[in-house]
Amino acid sequence: MQKQYETVFIMTPVLSDEQMKEAVSKFQDYLKKNGAEIIYENPWGLRKLAYPIQKKSTGFYHLIEFKADPQLIAKLELEFKRDERVIRFLTVALDKHAIAYNEKKRTQKDKAEEKKEEKPEEKSEAKEKPEVKEKSN
Amino acid sequence: MAQQQNSEIRYLAPIAVDIKKKKYCRFKKSGIKYIDYKDANFLLKFVNEQGKILPRRVTGTSVKYQKKVSQAIKRARHLALLPYVTDLLK
Repeated sequence: MQKQYETVFIMTPVLSDEQMKEAVSKFQDYLKKNGAEIIYENPWGLRKLAYPIQKKSTGFYHLIEFKADPQLIAKLELEFKRDERVIRFLTVALDKHAIAYNEKKRTQKDKAEEKKEEKPEEKSEAKEKPEVKEKSN
Repeated sequence: MAQQQNSEIRYLAPIAVDIKKKKYCRFKKSGIKYIDYKDANFLLKFVNEQGKILPRRVTGTSVKYQKKVSQAIKRARHLALLPYVTDLLK
């Protein structure tokens, strides 16, 4: 039985763009080779870390959502551990709420991008999550 | 003295009587089922300025969702989206 997972990993900022892409594709290939199905990917790009990791204050974030057999996860994490370009990683199994949430977010993002193309000045609408934020005050 | 005690106490300004606002669980109220650990800005509402997780008695979150909130915050910390320790977060 395949389960749906989501993994985020952080790579060192020392890498060049090509090296980074190479590292990402290595993990993609690894997943595909072992019978996983990649559903979604999102390179967050270079981000500042909240605290230094291995004396580095920034890192390349990359997110992959995929379906795989549970046995594969341990192997994947071993790959992450062996690769010194990866400074941090986190794999999470998604439950049905998480899957629904991710899908909703994706469609929202698509819509936001469409809107942006139509009316570039209405950017604030794209970043909405109002239900929660209003009630916090 | 005796006269003063008998007379009604009068205040210059009306005393502020705290009307206790009923706390509620925002996740139950707005039907949020999943708390995203990647959304650091949202999780910021559940930590104090030192980056500590706020207790349920402050935020009013129900047990079910407090567990999820704390799980999400801990994941965010692992990925350096939130700090483990800090000062002046807000």
